[in-house]
Amino acid sequence: MYAWILILTLLAVMAVAYQLGIKRAISSVGGLTQINALHSLPSYYGLYAALWAGIPALLLMGLWIGFQDQIVTSLVTANLSPDMLEGQSSGRIDLILNDIKNLATGNIVSATVTPEVQAAADQYARLERIATWSMWLAVLAVALGGMAYAWRRTGPQMRARNRVESIFLAIMIVFSSIAILTTLGIVLSVLFESLRFFDMVSPVEFFLGTNWSPQIALRADQVGATGAFGAIPLFTGTLMVSLIAMLVAVPIGLMSAIYLSEYAPRNVRAVAKPVIEILAGIPTVVYGFFAALTVAPAIRDLGALLGLEVASESALAAGLVMGIMIIPFVSSLSDDVINAVPQSMRDGSYALGATQSETIRRVIVPAALPGIVGGILLAVSRAIGETMIVVMAAGMAANLTANPLESVTTVTVQIVTLLTGDQEFDSAKTLAAFALGLTLFLVTLSLNIVALSIVRKYREQYE
Amino acid sequence: MNTMVEAIDKATGAMSSAELAGGQHSRATVGDFTAVDPRMVCRNVDVWYGSKQAIHGVSLDIGKNEVVSMIGPSGCGKSTFLRSLNRMNDTIVGCRVTGSIQLDGQEIYDKGLDPVPLRARVGMVFQKPNPFPKSIYENVAYGPRIHGLTNNKAELDELVEDSLQKAGLWNEVKDRLDQPGTGLSGGQQQRLCIARTIAVSPEVILMDEPCSALDPIATAIVEELIDELRQNFSIAIVTHSMQQAARVSQRTAYFHLGDLIEVGETNHIFTNPQHKLTEDYITGRFG
Amino acid sequence: MNNLAATAPGAPPRRTIDIVNESLKRRYARERRFRLMGAIAVGLGLAFVVLLFADIVSKGYTAFQQTYIRLPVTLTASIVDPAGTRDIESISGANYNQLIKDALRQQFPEVTDRRELRRLSSMLSVGAPQLLRERVMEDSSLIGTTQEIWVLADDDIDMLVKGNIDREAAQGDRRVTDEVIGWVGQLEQQGRIEKRFNTIFFTHGTSREPELAGIAGALMGSLYTLTLTFLLSFPIGVGAALYLEEFAPKNRWTDLIEVNVNNLAAVPSIVFGLLGLAVFIGFFGVPRSTPLVAALVMTIMTLPTIIIASRVALKSVPPSIREAALGVGASALQTQFHHVLPLALPGMLTGAIIGMARALGETAPLLMIGMIAFIVDVPSGFTDSATVLPVQIFLWADSPERGFVERTSAAIMVLLAFLFLMNFVAVMLRRKFERRW
Repeated sequence: MYAWILILTLLAVMAVAYQLGIKRAISSVGGLTQINALHSLPSYYGLYAALWAGIPALLLMGLWIGFQDQIVTSLVTANLSPDMLEGQSSGRIDLILNDIKNLATGNIVSATVTPEVQAAADQYARLERIATWSMWLAVLAVALGGMAYAWRRTGPQMRARNRVESIFLAIMIVFSSIAILTTLGIVLSVLFESLRFFDMVSPVEFFLGTNWSPQIALRADQVGATGAFGAIPLFTGTLMVSLIAMLVAVPIGLMSAIYLSEYAPRNVRAVAKPVIEILAGIPTVVYGFFAALTVAPAIRDLGALLGLEVASESALAAGLVMGIMIIPFVSSLSDDVINAVPQSMRDGSYALGATQSETIRRVIVPAALPGIVGGILLAVSRAIGETMIVVMAAGMAANLTANPLESVTTVTVQIVTLLTGDQEFDSAKTLAAFALGLTLFLVTLSLNIVALSIVRKYREQYE
Repeated sequence: MNTMVEAIDKATGAMSSAELAGGQHSRATVGDFTAVDPRMVCRNVDVWYGSKQAIHGVSLDIGKNEVVSMIGPSGCGKSTFLRSLNRMNDTIVGCRVTGSIQLDGQEIYDKGLDPVPLRARVGMVFQKPNPFPKSIYENVAYGPRIHGLTNNKAELDELVEDSLQKAGLWNEVKDRLDQPGTGLSGGQQQRLCIARTIAVSPEVILMDEPCSALDPIATAIVEELIDELRQNFSIAIVTHSMQQAARVSQRTAYFHLGDLIEVGETNHIFTNPQHKLTEDYITGRFG
Repeated sequence: MNNLAATAPGAPPRRTIDIVNESLKRRYARERRFRLMGAIAVGLGLAFVVLLFADIVSKGYTAFQQTYIRLPVTLTASIVDPAGTRDIESISGANYNQLIKDALRQQFPEVTDRRELRRLSSMLSVGAPQLLRERVMEDSSLIGTTQEIWVLADDDIDMLVKGNIDREAAQGDRRVTDEVIGWVGQLEQQGRIEKRFNTIFFTHGTSREPELAGIAGALMGSLYTLTLTFLLSFPIGVGAALYLEEFAPKNRWTDLIEVNVNNLAAVPSIVFGLLGLAVFIGFFGVPRSTPLVAALVMTIMTLPTIIIASRVALKSVPPSIREAALGVGASALQTQFHHVLPLALPGMLTGAIIGMARALGETAPLLMIGMIAFIVDVPSGFTDSATVLPVQIFLWADSPERGFVERTSAAIMVLLAFLFLMNFVAVMLRRKFERRW
């Protein structure tokens, strides 16, 4: 909460700096009458001062907040008596530290409060207080220092506009680099944790093993503590659900794109296209609800009617609903590429006496095929990465099966399951989620790269 | 070119807008628009795009084994007229054709008439070569396949070879029939499109400025080809080049702002035009 | 003439048109089949939309009403305020539960068996005493009087009244006993049971009891998250787009950024959850379960959408505007900020709103960063523990009670209403400011 007050204070300082900068600039040339002697408009001198007051201070504050907790925690940990920590897993230590923090902030504590914990909590609270106050002091000092620096530099010769503009440009460059930082962040964080996972479990077991039961590995002294991390059932489950989804989405999406762009009267197209695209805007959790509470029971009842055994969370239900979700994705991408096929192709075919469907099937679709394939690959990548529908409708059991009526689990379901329970950052169970995440990221990334390059090449062909 | 067209528009603007207001009114055609042995007979053809009239009461015959060329400045309606001869205008929303166009005595704009077999009889070659993104072989085989013209692979092979021979392309492509048609040069692509058209054995071939995207050498080859094709087909060709019209056609029709101004024997038109507008055009005063 | 090249020797030559006419019927049949398939596909697509909405509305519309039982509650002064001081502390500590129970038992004097009595009391919501307390604390003049008060019913009674429990089914197959059905019938006859507008749904946080559960906490959580997401992602997105579109030199670095932006737009959202967990929570120590960390993840996630939309908006501003500004001596940055940006802003805002709509509906990454915690209180800041609407939907969808099914559907209806509103605003904005140059 204090951070917000500090930010508001900083904004106030910047406003003051702005005013002072303008005053200083005007007075440096001897008043408003001499204003033409200034290199830039006075407001640029104001901005210059405000930026100098604000940016270094904000940066410092960001770093401080980012690292304060780590430093204070390590100080507190260092002061804890060694026998408290001895022989404890790092998860237990985290738990103790959590208790200390909760105690310090007046929250509910999970264990009984020992004097040592109480002392540590007091120390924690004291350090936090000191850190917060020194942050205030340091940040405000830097802000005022920056203002003073700008004040000293301001004069008629200073090219304030150019300086302000280079600062803005630098900010924009930083902003646009965030995309790269994000990718880097994803790769590094996921890769780092995955490597730790592969220290405990061999990649061969992970990628080729057929037994997945990570839940067992909770404590080291437990029976069957190793757990099993063979991810093949997850991969096959993911593939099966995605395959069912594509079997629904591709024919319906492609045929409706063809119908709407080649056959439908203009008013039908004007209504039907946006209505179908509503499907793309519905949150996935809604589809998950629909799959779990409407489609899955319906399929089960239908199966019972036909004398088939259908699991209450079947791959079929999840796949069907995921297919519905992907229909507009396939149809709008196909619509784009079909419309990009030049009219001259159609003319050429009609002039030979082809019917409309012959023209579509034998000329337009083959001509649009690369684009359609690219679009389908993008849709596959979306199906593989889709989470909520499968979490709510596909189930947790890692069955290695080819029967869509059985319950299967997917990579995304397991990531969610592994990371929403109690977390211990060191257990293979938690780290397995990152290994799965890495696999997911790499697979979808390569699908996307291939798909996007196919689509781009296709566009260039007709431009 | 464009400025020229604008100049004409200005010069004739008052008149043509008066005509537009008058609707059906059209200028009388100078010369004899009938053919000795007509294959297609057009009488008083009007073409409308929405409320805008593009063709005013054109009457013209296309005879057997002859090449009729249509010339005139840009926007004069010659391409529109050509496209109405095999109902390619059907694909344009809001396009309407009135009057009479007959193929072998059959009204092609009859309600019951099906454009699909019509187009099998009246083929068309377009301004820009538009081979399908398929192999050379498949491009030519496309028409015979959809119409079921051959009974087996051997017949189809023979038909493809024959068509490519007729289009004068066989020797150039016989070793690479399985390569994409889009990989050929512009002139070859256009001849491929002609081969594609004659593979269906149509009775009339319409050509819409078939050489405007080609270089002079390719143009010469295609012109030679058109002359040969006259032995088997009736041909109507729209062209921008008066020299081309003079070289390939037996009869020439001059269009101006949607009107058919003058029609007659080609050598007659070019040596002794009757109408002032025709004379101005072929002597290069505009166009 | 015009004979086919390939006719059997000796056979009379066949004209193309005869062959074409022969097969025409078959070809048109195929044409009709193909066309029908297309129409069926479109029909299916439309049917799915209708089915989805019909399913959710039919399941959820009843949640906007809630069953109440009208009871004459005697607010005995000696129980409510034994000290007689009207002191807030003592009023709030009173045993309201007893008051309500007594009021209900008065209606059924014949019920004396202890087990039956307990069953009778369970017809009322466990939250009913709390609601009564709030009412009394608001208006202390009620103390000592007898009021006809609409008391919140338990969700089982709610379901029974709404007809979601089959009264004809065998007793073992339903959640309420024959006795309770009888009591409800009596109360209904006396006009003491009524379905009233469900304000609790909009004013309360979540709860284990369906009749006390509301979306206020989740809505506030979503509001805080979206506000912060917008404040972070819009300036960053616009700045990045401006640089990439207008200033960036064409080199490897900017190519790399481009590829990155395009690919990030298609990365599964759950991967952003992993990033949030490992980097924001694990490394920087941002408190989990808060709108702050959710907004950071959402910012990273919506940034590519906003950058791409903003670049399209910048592209649509014609170069002549830039040339005009540069021509009168404006600096490159002045040109952008004074002339190009104002013209591109509506397009950028449209993109941002669409990005926000996506963020509003996003669930998967938030599960990973602790938004899944059970939080009853309505959050009051960016660093309070909170949940968001879609996660609330996910949590409720897991609850077995029938009462939660209708509340889940109702929450979905609220979520979809917000999404429609946002998309509507985006479309209007585009319509209003769309310019053809």
